[in-house]
Amino acid sequence: MSRPIGDVILDVSHISLSFGGVKALTDISFDVRKHEIRSIIGPNGAGKSSLLNCINGIYAPQQGSILFRGQEFTRRSSRQIAAMGIARTFQNLALFKGMSVIDNIMTGRNLKVRSNLFQQAVWLGPASREEVRHRRFVEEIIDFLEIQSYRKTPVGQLPYGLQKRVDLGRALAMEPQMVLLDEPMAGMSIEEKHDMSRFILDVNDEFGTTMVLIEHDMSIVMDISDRVVVLDYGKKIGDGAPAEVRSNQEVIDAYLGSSQ
Amino acid sequence: MSSTFPRLLLQQARQRPDVVAIREKRYGIWQTMNWHELSEFMSHMACGLHEAGLRRGEHVAVIGSNRIRLYGALLAIQALGAIPVPMYEDSVAAEYAFPINNAGMRFALVEDQEQVDKLLQIREQCPTLQAIYYDEPRGLRNYSEPGLASSDVLLEAGQAFLAGHPGFIEGEIEATQPGDVASMFFTSGTTGTPKGVVHTYFSLISSAQAGADFDGLTSGEEVLAYLPPAWIGQIIFSYAQWLLCGYVVSCPEAASTVDIDLKEIGPTYFFAPPRVFEARLTSILIRMEDAGWVKRTLFAACMRLARRVGPRRMNGQSVNPLERLMYGLGDLLVYGPLRNSLGFSRIRIAYTAGEAIGPDLFTFYRSIGINLKQLYGMTEAAVFVCLQPDHDVDVESVGVPVKGVELKVADNGEILVRSPGMFKEYYKEPAATAEVLGEDGWYHTSDAGYLDDAGRLHIIDRVKDVGRLSGGANDGAMFAPKYIENMLKFYPQIKEAVAYGHGRERVCVMLNIDYEAVGNWAERRGLPYTGYTDLAQKVEVYELMQDCVEKVNQQLSRDARLSGSQIHRFLVLHKELDADDGELTRTNKVRRKHIEEKYRPLVDALYGGLEQQDIETTIHFEDGRSTRIRATLSIRDARTVDPASSDANGARHV
Repeated sequence: MSRPIGDVILDVSHISLSFGGVKALTDISFDVRKHEIRSIIGPNGAGKSSLLNCINGIYAPQQGSILFRGQEFTRRSSRQIAAMGIARTFQNLALFKGMSVIDNIMTGRNLKVRSNLFQQAVWLGPASREEVRHRRFVEEIIDFLEIQSYRKTPVGQLPYGLQKRVDLGRALAMEPQMVLLDEPMAGMSIEEKHDMSRFILDVNDEFGTTMVLIEHDMSIVMDISDRVVVLDYGKKIGDGAPAEVRSNQEVIDAYLGSSQ
Repeated sequence: MSSTFPRLLLQQARQRPDVVAIREKRYGIWQTMNWHELSEFMSHMACGLHEAGLRRGEHVAVIGSNRIRLYGALLAIQALGAIPVPMYEDSVAAEYAFPINNAGMRFALVEDQEQVDKLLQIREQCPTLQAIYYDEPRGLRNYSEPGLASSDVLLEAGQAFLAGHPGFIEGEIEATQPGDVASMFFTSGTTGTPKGVVHTYFSLISSAQAGADFDGLTSGEEVLAYLPPAWIGQIIFSYAQWLLCGYVVSCPEAASTVDIDLKEIGPTYFFAPPRVFEARLTSILIRMEDAGWVKRTLFAACMRLARRVGPRRMNGQSVNPLERLMYGLGDLLVYGPLRNSLGFSRIRIAYTAGEAIGPDLFTFYRSIGINLKQLYGMTEAAVFVCLQPDHDVDVESVGVPVKGVELKVADNGEILVRSPGMFKEYYKEPAATAEVLGEDGWYHTSDAGYLDDAGRLHIIDRVKDVGRLSGGANDGAMFAPKYIENMLKFYPQIKEAVAYGHGRERVCVMLNIDYEAVGNWAERRGLPYTGYTDLAQKVEVYELMQDCVEKVNQQLSRDARLSGSQIHRFLVLHKELDADDGELTRTNKVRRKHIEEKYRPLVDALYGGLEQQDIETTIHFEDGRSTRIRATLSIRDARTVDPASSDANGARHV
C-alpha cells in the first residue's frame, strides 16, 4: 500500500516560545507533508502540547514562523486558523457533555454555515436546505466512526473512548486539510487504542486528511506514523521515519531508553 | 409451489412495482427499494456476473450482514442458475477455506474490507478463488490485488450487457427449474468438518409456504432482518417468505443499533432465540429496580395480574369482565408502554426456538400480550417442522406438525421427519447423507421426544443421552436426564442439577443452589448463614428444594412416558459444580459421568437409602491453589405422584 505523500503543507521554522523565564520551545523546525501522518513525541513536559498550541494559534511563538500552505499565520486567531483548514482534538476533551453526539459533531460545521441568524430562526428555505446538507455530512462521519447507536445519546453518558471518537468526529466535520490530535489515545484500553489507530489510518486514507498527532504510546505511534519528531526539554532531538528515530542514540537516551 | 426465487421476484415486480420491498438504514435514514427497483438491481447484477464468467450450477460465496445488496446478490446469483452459499461474516479466515475449496468456488461477493482481508489471507490455500467483489469501498482504495473489484463494476457491466441482450435474464430465469439446487448452508460442525446442507427451490419454498399458511402471513407484515444470513432461518424469514408473501424486510443500520431499529420498525413477525428474549427481559427488570416506588409498585401489581390473566387471554380462554377491565387498565398503564419500549408493539407472531425456554420467561412475554410461540425445526428440514398454533400455546411442547410434515417416533424414542422441505443431501457426503436420510425419505433428527394425545410434539433430549430405568416398578421406562435437569433449573433457586437413573431402579438427583437467589431469599427471611456450604445444608433450604423437586414430579407424572422418571431422592451439594474442578464443561454443561465417579459415596448413599453422608472434596482455585473441604450432607426422599391421581391442572409453577 502506498499513499501519495505530497508537498510540504505545514512548515514550522525556528520557533521559540517562552513563558516568562521558562523556555517551552527552543528553535524548533520541522515540516509536515500533505497526506502524511506525522507524530510529535517526547517525555512529559517536553513541549509537545505547547508546540501543538502554536500550530493551532492559541500561543504565538516569540521567534520563528509557521507557514500553512504557504501562508504565514503566526499572528492569526484560532478561529482564523480553523477557517484555513486546521482542526484539532483535545487531550482533556472539550465536548458539550449535555448535548447529543449529533449536536456535538454539528458544532464542527459552524464555520460552514452560510445562512444568517434570521433565516435560521424562522427556518426559511435556505436555512433548512443547508441544515439537511450539513446533517448528511455529519451522518457520514457517524457512519465512518461507527457510532450510529449513540447518535442521540448525550455525550456525557458515553465511555471515555467513545467520547474521544466523537471529538475526532467534530474535528472532521470541519472538512479540514489537517487535523491536530492531542494525545488521542491517552487513558484508553488496548482495544480502544487499536480502534482509534484504525480510525486515524482510515480518515487519512479515505479523506486524504493530513494528521499531526501528539502521543505518549510509543508502540502505536511507531506503527501508524510516516515520520516522527522527538522533543526533549523543548528542543528537537530527532526527526525522521520511525525506524530512524528508533535507532537514534539521543532519542533512546532521552525517551526510549527508559521504556525499553 | 413450482417456482424459484427470481421468478417470485419478477412476479412481485409485475404485480406491485411501486410497493416497498426492502429497507435499509443508512446515514440515520431508512432508505427503501421497491419491487421494480429490486428486480432491476437483480438483472443488472446477474448480467454483470454473467459477463464476469459465472456459469449455471456454480457455487458462489456470499459473506456479509443483512443489507439490500446482499439480498440482491442472492437473487442475481440464482437468476443465473448458480448457487449462493451464504457464510457467517464473523467467522475467522480459516473457516472460509473449507467451503470454498469443497465447492471449488471461483467467485465471492462480500460486504467490506474486513471480509476482503480475510479472503485475501486464505487466497493461497484456495486456488480456485478468482474474483472477490465488495459492496463497501471504504479502506479498499489502495488495494491492487488481482481479481478484486467493487460490485459497482458488476452493476455497470451488467447494465451495458443488458442493453445489448434484452430478455437474457428472463430466459436464464425460465431455464432454472424448481427442482434445481437453490442454496447451500454450511452447518457449524461441532465434530469434524462442516457439512453443506443442500436445498432446492422446491424444498425451501414448500417449507416457507407451509409456515406462511400456518400463520396466515400477508403482504402487510414487517420483518427486521437481524440474524446472520448464513443461518437458514434468516433465509426463510427474510428471503423465502418475503418473496412469497411480498412483505417488507428491513435491514438494521449496524449490529449495535438493532434495539433502536427494532423500535422504529415495529415488526409484526419476529424470531429470536431464547437468550435474546432473556436479555431483553433482564434489561427491563434492571431498569425497573431503579424506578421510583410508585412505578415499582404499579409494575409489580400489574405483572401479578398479567401472570394470572394474560396467558388465558392469549389462549382464547374465558376471562371474566372484572379481569378484562383490570387487564385493560394494566395494558394502558404498563403492558402497552412495555411492549412499545421493547419494539414489540405491533407483533402478531413471534417465535423462539433453538434451546429450552424457561416457563417464567415464556409466560412473561405472553402475559403482556405478545404472541410468543415455539417452533421446532432444523437446517435439514428448511426450518419448519412443528409450530404452535395461536391460542394453543404451552411451554412444554413445540407445537403440531405443519402441513405436509409427517412425524414418527422410532423405537429408541428418536423423532423421524418426512417433509417436502427436506434437504437434498449433504454436499459431496453421500455416506453422511445416508446415515440420516433414509431411502424412504425419513430424516433422523437425533432428538428424542414424543407426541402427546393432542398431537403436539415434545422434545426431551438428544437420543444419545436418553437412558432407561432398569428393575423395580418402572423397569424399562425412558430416562431423559437433561429434560429433568432443565425442569429443575427453570426454578431460579436451582443453579445446577445432575440426574441419575440409567440402569437403575429409580431417579435420584444432586442439586446446586443458586447462591445469589437463595442467599437473597434467606436474608429476606432473616435466616443467618456463614457461607455457601452452610446455606446449602440449612433445613429451610432443603424444604425449598423439596418443594421444587415435588413440583417437577407433579409435572412429570402428567405424562405416562415420563412418569417413571419422577425423582425419588435428592441431596443438595455443599459446593458449586465448577469447570475448574472438571465437573462442568467449559460451556457449562454437567459432566454426569465424571461427577458420579468423583462423588461416588454420595451416589451410593442416594441409592443405598442413607439419610446422611460425609464427603470430602478438593477444590481448585483459578490461581492453581487447592484446598479440601469436608461436609455432612443430608439426603431426602421426595414425594412422587401416582400418575392416576395426578391433577391435570395441578400446581404448575411459573
